[in-house]
Amino acid sequence: MELNLRIWRQDGPDTPGQLVNYHLNNADPGMSFLEMLDAVNEQLINNGQRVIEFDHDCREGICGSCGMVINGRPHGPAQGSSTCQLHMRSFQNGDQITIEPFRASAFPIIRDLKVDRSAFDRIIDSGGYISTNIAAAPEANSILISKDEASHAFDAAACIGCGACVASCKNASAALFTSAKVTHLVNLPQGKVERSTRVVQMVNQMDTEGFGACSFTEACEAVCPQQISVSHIAQMNWEYNRAKLGM
Amino acid sequence: MLDAKIPNGPIEKKWSEYQATCALVNAANRKKMTVIVIGSGLAGGGAAAALGELGYHVKLFCFHDSTRRAHSVAAQGGVNAAKNYQNDGDNVYRMFYDAIKGGDYRSREANVYRMAELSVRLIDTCVAQGVPFAREYGGSLGNRSFGGVQVERTFYAQGQTGQQLLMGTNSAIARQVKAGRIERFSRHEMLDLVVKNGRAIGVIVRDAITGEIERHAAHAIVLGTGGYAKIYYLSTMAMGCNATAAWKAHKRGAFLANPSFVQVHPTSLPALGKHQSKLTLMSESLRNDGRIWVPARSGDDRSPEKIPDSERDYYLERKYPAFGNLTPRDIAARAAKEQIDAGHGVGPMRNAVFLDFRDAIAQHGRETIQSRYGNLFGMYQKITGIDAYVTPMLIAPSPHFTMGGLWVDYELMTTLEGLYACGECNFADHGSNRLGANSLLQACVDGYFILPSTIGNFLSSRIKEPLSPTDGPEFDQAESKTREDIQKLLSIKGSQPVDYFHRTLGATLWDCCGISRSRESLNRGIEQIRELREQFWNDVNITGGAHEPNSELEKATRVMDFLELGELMCIDALHREESCGAHFREEYQTKEGESLRNDEGFGYVSAWQHRAEGEPILHKEPLSFEAVNVMTRNYK
Repeated sequence: MELNLRIWRQDGPDTPGQLVNYHLNNADPGMSFLEMLDAVNEQLINNGQRVIEFDHDCREGICGSCGMVINGRPHGPAQGSSTCQLHMRSFQNGDQITIEPFRASAFPIIRDLKVDRSAFDRIIDSGGYISTNIAAAPEANSILISKDEASHAFDAAACIGCGACVASCKNASAALFTSAKVTHLVNLPQGKVERSTRVVQMVNQMDTEGFGACSFTEACEAVCPQQISVSHIAQMNWEYNRAKLGM
Repeated sequence: MLDAKIPNGPIEKKWSEYQATCALVNAANRKKMTVIVIGSGLAGGGAAAALGELGYHVKLFCFHDSTRRAHSVAAQGGVNAAKNYQNDGDNVYRMFYDAIKGGDYRSREANVYRMAELSVRLIDTCVAQGVPFAREYGGSLGNRSFGGVQVERTFYAQGQTGQQLLMGTNSAIARQVKAGRIERFSRHEMLDLVVKNGRAIGVIVRDAITGEIERHAAHAIVLGTGGYAKIYYLSTMAMGCNATAAWKAHKRGAFLANPSFVQVHPTSLPALGKHQSKLTLMSESLRNDGRIWVPARSGDDRSPEKIPDSERDYYLERKYPAFGNLTPRDIAARAAKEQIDAGHGVGPMRNAVFLDFRDAIAQHGRETIQSRYGNLFGMYQKITGIDAYVTPMLIAPSPHFTMGGLWVDYELMTTLEGLYACGECNFADHGSNRLGANSLLQACVDGYFILPSTIGNFLSSRIKEPLSPTDGPEFDQAESKTREDIQKLLSIKGSQPVDYFHRTLGATLWDCCGISRSRESLNRGIEQIRELREQFWNDVNITGGAHEPNSELEKATRVMDFLELGELMCIDALHREESCGAHFREEYQTKEGESLRNDEGFGYVSAWQHRAEGEPILHKEPLSFEAVNVMTRNYK
């Protein structure tokens, strides 16, 4: 396959960036998108140029490291897929592909396609957990959880924290990410004890980090590699209001 | 002589007696002590969270942008625990026995028993953290089984068990970050260990954004940095998995045990092209319902549905009727290689076997199979474009888990005082073959339960000691060595990218020290690796600079260590003149082609001491078995 690539290059957070054209003539349809970028980087190294920086690690769609905006869509055209699980068979010979970083003011650019998503960690730090001591747990089957409850919690817990939801949102809202953690924990009996403080702290932290408000356009769900549902946002809002009303 | 410090007394009492008698650090003193933890997976992250919870000041380092991304996240199938919820006869002893047997009698009894013993509490802890394990309709926890066992003791969260456990660990970390007890350093990679008079006193790390080289001192240091199977380049490991921290510790005096014991997983996706950067694992749990077969006639290239049952060879069921498709990994992987080598391989590169769900779907219905493995089928389709509900999966063996690692005693301390290794980066619990769903277990119990007790035993006598000053000569020396290496790497400006060397090393190791090895292949491997290492230091081409984000430089600092470790793996495999578990030496096999172990000659752990010049020195930890009868493994 021959590809014409326009890739965002930017040295650092304070320098201007621009789209640069690259040509690749030896891509094959079975390659993953990241393997295609590896091939571009190999060309760059052979020309003595610095490589395109991008985050990636497991390349199995689960670590959440990778993510870029491909032809205007976070993680590219495949539904329910992270960039590492996108394969070149989704493109045509001769295609032009534009590749940019996830953009949001709460995700400062580090270099090229690499962005700083530590704001997500700080949202979890603010209260996205169950306060339980490691060695002091009750017998596991003493907490009965129905199959439906468990699978509802699992659906939310499946979030890989990649940030595509933020990048797809016109307000750069982190509501899908935050709500996934909120509903994962509140849907389990052991997570209900801290439900009020948790949701308030996490929502406050989300605002402090500079993420925008959610206006429910559902763009986040459309690009989420784990297909996390926006219904979690509705539940988070309900939980937040409930907490604020002291219910 | 290596002292493993195994407590006296009957095996089922060793851990409780140890805990009852080990020295403690009181809460007021814990907050005065600093512990460095490298790695934020289930072992390192779990240790950091547990130590933070106890009140120690913890500095937690990971090379990822977030602690949540450690490669524990990718484990799919499950975590074992001897809960006996299914009333199928499971208990701690049986689980211990299965793991000892599965490891082909090359692991340490006391450690393995402790792992089984603590498994029960682990599930309780995870459930309390909110890990959404699979549930039965009545609300109790569900189980399934894995290779090498005849009970159902594996707890799972769909095919994302590792991710769910890691989110639990990560939330325990977050809680301690908020409490101010964990200081988190993401995008920081350990590049050297600082040692003074045989004791680990600090680390040298590189900030991956600024390139700054930093010095950090601690009262004790814990490595939870995972395994090194990425040394094969094509493996199920994440791209960043590496041996650097462990290897540098080895070069500073920590012994490395059984480095040639590498598990080849039988059910990964096969390599499909020359650009392939990794092989994706398909959970072993698929073997609960999937049947493995190849066309009986070699070179048969009909599509699988056109091959009638009479012309299929369900070779695992044929050769190992008692365990069938659930034979342990080493046996299943070698059996697949045998079929592929004999020309029965399938797929475009004829390097795979079929994993077929036709019969399971006919028996249980598509919906049931979908609910058990839906996300795995989805993942398979994303990567290959093939619907495995209709066409059998193509699977092949690939390097997966390293049983070898830093030698540790019962307290998980290495041969360097104050340096601990937990999870996959130590060697202790899996022998020469790890049973499925024991890796998450070992990582978790090492981090959550064992280290918090054993590290206190060490720290209790050092309460009055201040932290080592980071301007001492040992820090100076380690930092300048790191800077020199980086400068040298960047100055070579040769003609080949880092990946070329990594791929070449991987291919050499797969060929010479892979699924089977021989004296001839290992000698060849050693020679080729030495040549490749020399070529690397003359011809590697790294663009970019030292004081900026530079992923090529990061790769190079890892590959330079792999190029040394690879040689030691071959040396270790060469010296072990027997076949055991994942270590299959072609010269030592039975007439039927099964492994031929030599307990009299090799019933020990090989622990290698590094020397700056010349061959490494072999130390032996003899293995004695008191609670089990050592016998030949038989899965027929």
